[in-house]
Amino acid sequence: MSGNGASSSSLNMISGEDVVNNNLSALVVDDSPLLRLLHDIHLKKYGLKVQVAENGKVAVDLFHLGASFDLVLMDKEMPVMNGVEATKELRAMGVTSMIVGVTSKNGPGEQQAFMEAGLDYCFEKPLTPEIISFLLEELNKHNNKN
Amino acid sequence: MELVQIQRRLVDYTKSLFMEGFLDAQFLQLQQLQDDSNPDFVFEVVSLFFEDSEKLLNELTIALDQPNVDFKKIDSHVHQLKGSSSSIGAQRVKNACIAFRNYCDVQNIEGCLTCLQQVKQECYLVKNKFETLFRLEQQIMASGGSVPTIELGF
Repeated sequence: MSGNGASSSSLNMISGEDVVNNNLSALVVDDSPLLRLLHDIHLKKYGLKVQVAENGKVAVDLFHLGASFDLVLMDKEMPVMNGVEATKELRAMGVTSMIVGVTSKNGPGEQQAFMEAGLDYCFEKPLTPEIISFLLEELNKHNNKN
Repeated sequence: MELVQIQRRLVDYTKSLFMEGFLDAQFLQLQQLQDDSNPDFVFEVVSLFFEDSEKLLNELTIALDQPNVDFKKIDSHVHQLKGSSSSIGAQRVKNACIAFRNYCDVQNIEGCLTCLQQVKQECYLVKNKFETLFRLEQQIMASGGSVPTIELGF
């Protein structure tokens, strides 16, 4: 699967609309406890079941053990296994979850390398309610098709 | 002090933090995530930030004191601090980190040292601001009141 995501500037934003999903699951992969907590609570507010992982290897191991998630929020810079490596590995395993890169502001080249690893989208952290709404709308569309 | 007065004081104080650039809209997003199921969310996130920032600032101090300064390592630490400060809406800390990274890019040690002091100062200032904010919130809760919310566009 190749990443075909959009940058935040080309989004069709859904603003001010709450999308509550009681049957979607998410994995937050970030080495920062602060960001893990922030995105964990944010996604739970939208009704998702959330797990967290502190680096790419923990995330990959979860999938190896048979876990599955509709959405993966993947930080780029992490110790042990970074987001680029983890994304490549997950796609090589055949993981079809929506994988969304979450980065601090980097140069366009760095974001492109992350996208090419197999992301669906890549956004600057932290994710805003509008972006999370957009992602959940996309997830729902994707699930309705299947 | 009456409850209404403390609530008014909190609102005015919070607004001043935005006006002075200490906080930006991201902080309001944090407050909106707090609810009855996570009543201490903002306090927890802000506390995590200050735990993180203390470690990172110590690492940066050590790294800049080395005979051969590893600018890649320094940039990585500052990058992390920028990310976490941005996540809690600590705007002045974030901006100080942006300036710091610019000096890392050109490997300017003196510039980095100045920026490190600036970041430390901004962390110290915003920590004091948060302590005051949380103290006012606690006073309101202790008086049986509810913490007023601030809308953007005030």
